[in-house]
Amino acid sequence: MRRASSAAANFAAVTGSDTGREPGSDTDRSVGSDTGHGVAVDIAGLRVSYGAVTAVDGLTLQARAGEVLGLLGPNGAGKTTTVETLEGFRRPSAGTVRVLGLDPVSDHDRLMTRLGVMLQSCRLYSAIRPIEALRLFASYYPDPDDPEALLDRVGLRSRARTAWRKLSGGEQQRLALALALIGRPEVVVLDEPTAGLDLDGRLLVRAIVAGLREAGACVVLTSHELTEVERVVDRVAIVDRGRLLACGSPAELAVAAGGTAEVRFSAPRGLDVAALAVTLRAPVREPEPGRYVIEAAADPGLVARLTGWLAERDVGLADLQTGPTGLEDVFLRLTSAARSEEGA
Amino acid sequence: MHAMVAQTRNELVLSLRQGEQLLVSMGIPVLVLLFLSQVDILPTGTERPIDFLAPAVLGLAVMSSSMVSLGIGTGFERHYGVLKRLGATPLGRPRLLAAKIASVVATEVVQLAMLSGVALALGWQPAWSVLPFAGAVLLGTAAFAGTGLLLAGRLSGPANLAACNGLYLVLLLFGGVAVPASELPGPLGGVAGVLPTGALVKVLRSATGATLPVTGAWIALLAWAVAMPLAAALTFRWSPAD
Repeated sequence: MRRASSAAANFAAVTGSDTGREPGSDTDRSVGSDTGHGVAVDIAGLRVSYGAVTAVDGLTLQARAGEVLGLLGPNGAGKTTTVETLEGFRRPSAGTVRVLGLDPVSDHDRLMTRLGVMLQSCRLYSAIRPIEALRLFASYYPDPDDPEALLDRVGLRSRARTAWRKLSGGEQQRLALALALIGRPEVVVLDEPTAGLDLDGRLLVRAIVAGLREAGACVVLTSHELTEVERVVDRVAIVDRGRLLACGSPAELAVAAGGTAEVRFSAPRGLDVAALAVTLRAPVREPEPGRYVIEAAADPGLVARLTGWLAERDVGLADLQTGPTGLEDVFLRLTSAARSEEGA
Repeated sequence: MHAMVAQTRNELVLSLRQGEQLLVSMGIPVLVLLFLSQVDILPTGTERPIDFLAPAVLGLAVMSSSMVSLGIGTGFERHYGVLKRLGATPLGRPRLLAAKIASVVATEVVQLAMLSGVALALGWQPAWSVLPFAGAVLLGTAAFAGTGLLLAGRLSGPANLAACNGLYLVLLLFGGVAVPASELPGPLGGVAGVLPTGALVKVLRSATGATLPVTGAWIALLAWAVAMPLAAALTFRWSPAD
């Protein structure tokens, strides 16, 4: 069922242009009309150098309120450096960075009341307990969320009074996520939020990010895990060696990179693909035994005809996936092209 | 204001929760006091050991709270990125520093009251001069806190731990706490007099009834109290070493 619902999510992303996504196709992704929200994060011509090393090299990006932007790139691409300029930890060597119209360095104090942050591999006081940490951080903000409610929301109720150092890595991540939300932020910056999380934790991050978007917050998250990014973001910025290689919705990127729409599923091997193709009015292949590819965009009618055809034959269906050629292909193509260009 | 109170409370609760911190701030000074007052090994001349020891142990307590506990705690907070995380909140450096100072002063008040009580029970007969005493404690706190933060702001967590503890031992031995500066061999005696511990202890002795020339000690203490926090402020790094 998870697969099916993420397929629906992909479907929504594929077809979801400005005119709207499929409402209710997946609660995690359903959003109202976002048009008219202002720019929350504005990065223009950003360059950050450490000595002779240029970590970010002329990056221009924007993210709006009610939007989730994913920064995707291999290790060392400049993702963390970029988000650290949003947090005011790093000064741009050139270019400008504005968050909610504020300069993260010179307007740091004013910005911090409206920004929620999850640092990569963040540690806390080793003896502090989750509920204490939430109450302490709540005291920093003018209008904080309820620490008890957040504790429940990230699933740490049973660990409320356990010292931080005795929490598991996943529990520490959950607490870090809760601390990013405690100030009711308008912009949330999450650096590798799913790193080291189990499936439950990943689902939690997805649900929380979706909730933030629904509430109108702007979320910027980094990841090197394509599948995670694909599931939660509205737009992806693919960066490598400090440069922006591509930016757009996962579906747009896939199409731009020459990906074709297709539906993939698993079923017993040896189905009559010619007969199925007639029913579906689209080419069907079995590239490997038991794995089928329909070369067509996934519309509900096609999916209904597929399931109907399988039901008539009493055949089981597994791993239904839709969408264009995965973001992975796009990503690999872009980053390797950038590298070979540089090597040339 | 709410954030500063909560932060101060946090600093105090977390340091109380760490057994080794309590040992350094309370255990060691009490032990020194009990042991050396009962065992007559100190070259204290005609003075009763307790009259020599009590002000020295109060100075030791100030050093342990403001240099060792504060320095080690802050060093690990920096090393592990806790300070960096706090930098992404509206707390701000001034309130964080104020909370740390408030927590050190609160600890010292408890320490000094407790140690004075033990010393009085052991027969100490001080003649307090309140203002010089309080002034000396404040200057000593500034000097030692500056020293602890100077180390914490630059060294890695474990190196800072070793440095704070090592310095504590050096200042304990050569700062005129257990051994009078005049008993140290050669030029060490002169150096001991201008070390922050030596100067603090001398002033504390004078402020609890001893008759001593203390002008030089006040000048030395004041110089440390200005120089060390300044040096810390100029060199402190909030983020862990990359």
